[in-house]
Amino acid sequence: MPQSSSLERVLTRISARYRDEPYQLLQMLRAVQASYSHVPQSAMQFLARHLGVPLSQVQGVVEFYAFLHETPRGRYDVRFSDNITDQMLGSRGLCERLCQHLELTPGQPRADGKVTVDYTSCTGMSDQGPAALVNGLAVTRLDVGRIDEMADLIDAGIALEAWPRDWFAVRDHIRRSGPMLDLQMAPGAALEAAVARGASSTLAELARSGLRGRGGAGYLTAHKWRFCLEAPGMERFIVCNADEGEPGTFKDRVLLTRYADALFEGMALAGFVVGAREGFLYLRGEYEYLLPHLESVLERRREEGLLGGNLLGSRVGFDISIHLGAGAYICGEESALIESLEGKRGQARVRPPFPAIRGYADKPTVVNNVQTFIQAAQISAMGSAWFAEQGTEKSRGTVLLSISGDVARRGVYEYPFGVTVKEVLADCGAGAVQAIQIGGPSGHLIGAADFERRIAFEDLPTTGSLMVFDWSRDVVGVVQNFSRFFQHESCGFCTPCRVGTTVLRQLIDKVASGHASAADLDELEACGMVTRSLSHCGLGQTAPNPVLDGLKRFRPVLEAKLLGGTDGPGFDLDAELSEARKISDESLKEGQHG
Amino acid sequence: MNAPTEQPARLTVATCSLAGCFGCHMSFLDVDERIVELAQLVTFDRSPLTDVKHCSERVDVGLIEGGLCNVENVEVLREFRASCRYLVAVGSCAITGGVPAVRNKFTLESCLREAYIDAPGIDNPHIPCDPEIPLLLNKVRPIHEVVRVDYVLPGCPPPAEAFWELLTALIAGREPELAYEHRRFD
Ligand SMILES: Cc1cc2nc3c(=O)[nH]c(=O)nc-3n(C[C@H](O)[C@H](O)[C@H](O)COP(=O)(O)O)c2cc1C
Ligand code: SF4
Ligand code: SF4
Repeated sequence: MPQSSSLERVLTRISARYRDEPYQLLQMLRAVQASYSHVPQSAMQFLARHLGVPLSQVQGVVEFYAFLHETPRGRYDVRFSDNITDQMLGSRGLCERLCQHLELTPGQPRADGKVTVDYTSCTGMSDQGPAALVNGLAVTRLDVGRIDEMADLIDAGIALEAWPRDWFAVRDHIRRSGPMLDLQMAPGAALEAAVARGASSTLAELARSGLRGRGGAGYLTAHKWRFCLEAPGMERFIVCNADEGEPGTFKDRVLLTRYADALFEGMALAGFVVGAREGFLYLRGEYEYLLPHLESVLERRREEGLLGGNLLGSRVGFDISIHLGAGAYICGEESALIESLEGKRGQARVRPPFPAIRGYADKPTVVNNVQTFIQAAQISAMGSAWFAEQGTEKSRGTVLLSISGDVARRGVYEYPFGVTVKEVLADCGAGAVQAIQIGGPSGHLIGAADFERRIAFEDLPTTGSLMVFDWSRDVVGVVQNFSRFFQHESCGFCTPCRVGTTVLRQLIDKVASGHASAADLDELEACGMVTRSLSHCGLGQTAPNPVLDGLKRFRPVLEAKLLGGTDGPGFDLDAELSEARKISDESLKEGQHG
Repeated sequence: MNAPTEQPARLTVATCSLAGCFGCHMSFLDVDERIVELAQLVTFDRSPLTDVKHCSERVDVGLIEGGLCNVENVEVLREFRASCRYLVAVGSCAITGGVPAVRNKFTLESCLREAYIDAPGIDNPHIPCDPEIPLLLNKVRPIHEVVRVDYVLPGCPPPAEAFWELLTALIAGREPELAYEHRRFD
């Protein structure tokens, strides 16, 4: 526990760094966590007083986010990414090995306070797992050698800066590029084209392109911008959703690394079109390692007059600041994201009103995915025809797939919309494929019968995640992993999702353990339907997808686990009597001797 | 699960106690004089109340008190399931394993050692082993882990009113509905 006067000095400094602004509470708490390995109660009380927010809100925020803790974590805080793709690459065994070396239990700090080892949801490195975060920084391609060395480094108390640099190397793995990834756009080109064209013509150009959002729902981007533009109010905001929490997705990571200029340009473009002067990039906490790079691009653009008060010789003023998340998948949902930007718990709002009408600070706000902004900038620079050339009638342009799992070449692939699953599988070197999770856990689990289908909003929509499972994998294990993910990430606000995700997880665990009966499969289905139809936000509405798809497309695999047959649960009486038989055998033997 | 729709002439009801303390049966008897009314509406089949040792071929409602701690419990439960149209898990022990399941934190061997060998003041310390004594299960189990269960009466024990509601509802051919105050978990 830090000394109270020194704690207050540090907190005052942290708070000042964020202009004592209550909306920055989450950012402040992240800083406190980084300084003290937890957020002490006294720090919460101080910040509550200092900022004039209720203590319950501060406490609520600390409890909500996975990367904030009320009790101390170790000074080295290691979190293994627990996505199925990491597990398939041996992450669980590596985590256990590290725990053995360091003599600790996962999730609990070692008695000397030096280290905590734990699991976390997908860290966005499915193409180069098994991955982990060490004190928030991404470590990739873990193997036995790295784990053994890591244990030594931790025991010797070596600072992170002195750890091997290549552990922190994140590769881009662009395997197939198309017009989007190939386009070399000079910084400022999109903005200049837009200013030359005028705001309303730019919006019309965007509408002609048919660009749909790349973050999930596939809403027409021009419509969203128009709603925001036409919403009453003096102030407007632009928000980029770089939460990329969907397990198995990593295309935004690559875009943030390589196309940050185009992204910021797209945000400034949106600002120009709707009349906003301020933008936020909401970056998932797992990508904290990208922060210095992104800040430097922002700074350079300010100097180049492509951002800030001086943007394009001050014809338009627009600036961007970066907010870090703190480990909550739900904060990818646009209204939860806005709550989080406002320094609160990431709890989805009632929609409508949509953010375009009432978003950040209750003002009209455009929220778009990273890729959507980049494509909007490209359309402004190149024209709608360039963009609309590719793709299908309803899904214009190209799609970026983040491919991982049982394939020869994991990475990012760009295809025109309308490409069949089969073509994609052939390109990435997938062998005998049993199943694919397309669009992440909230998307769909499909089998061979669907491999002729097309990837497009009108057939198989996707946020880009494509995880491939060959015949050596247990589909029930896959469904279990995703069901655990949703149970863990449910924000707990509404009962159908809070309870539903727990019941679904327990039932699928029961199926996996062999104790389920056919009645449990019916129960799974019923519970899935309730969760889907009654949940408050998109998380709960899609959480049952892995289970429901498993039942729909892989029923025989699930049924094969029902040891009890169709009616009763599986119960192996002989196995249950093993200890008693052993004891009575020994007791008999002793009786004979005695 | 649908309640019986047409009213049968007389429902048959069986009860038994597995790894329980008979507290649930005692609570059932707290329906007091209404037991006379009940006896006019149903026929009691296998039950400690009748001392009938096996279920008839077809029983309408089987009430099970207690969880499963040994092989005999499993056999009795399976016989009940096979005979009963509706099987009811009565009380915490049947529903969750209850007090007997406290031993699940330990291995069976360490429990037996503690009871028959290591405890102070034991004469002739040895673990009993006789074909007459049913073998114990590795862990105490709630009954739904072994058979399908149609209804549950929660509580330790459930109040007499809960038994009354369950049986009168099934007799009348409607779904039982436990009032809030009769739905308890301790
Ligand atoms: C649980 C949940 C998580 C989401 N996560 C993300 C995400 O990580 N990134 C993203 O761009 N959109 C995510 N979305 C979709 C957003 O709510 C929103 O639709 C999107 O950011 C809009 O941008 P777009 O129109 O450019 O697609 C998520 C939605 C839900 C329900
Ligand atoms: S659906 Fe789930 S994540 Fe969404 S508000 Fe309800 S509990 Fe929270
Ligand atoms: S539930 Fe309570 S009253 Fe009933 S058998 Fe178990 S311990 Fe006894």
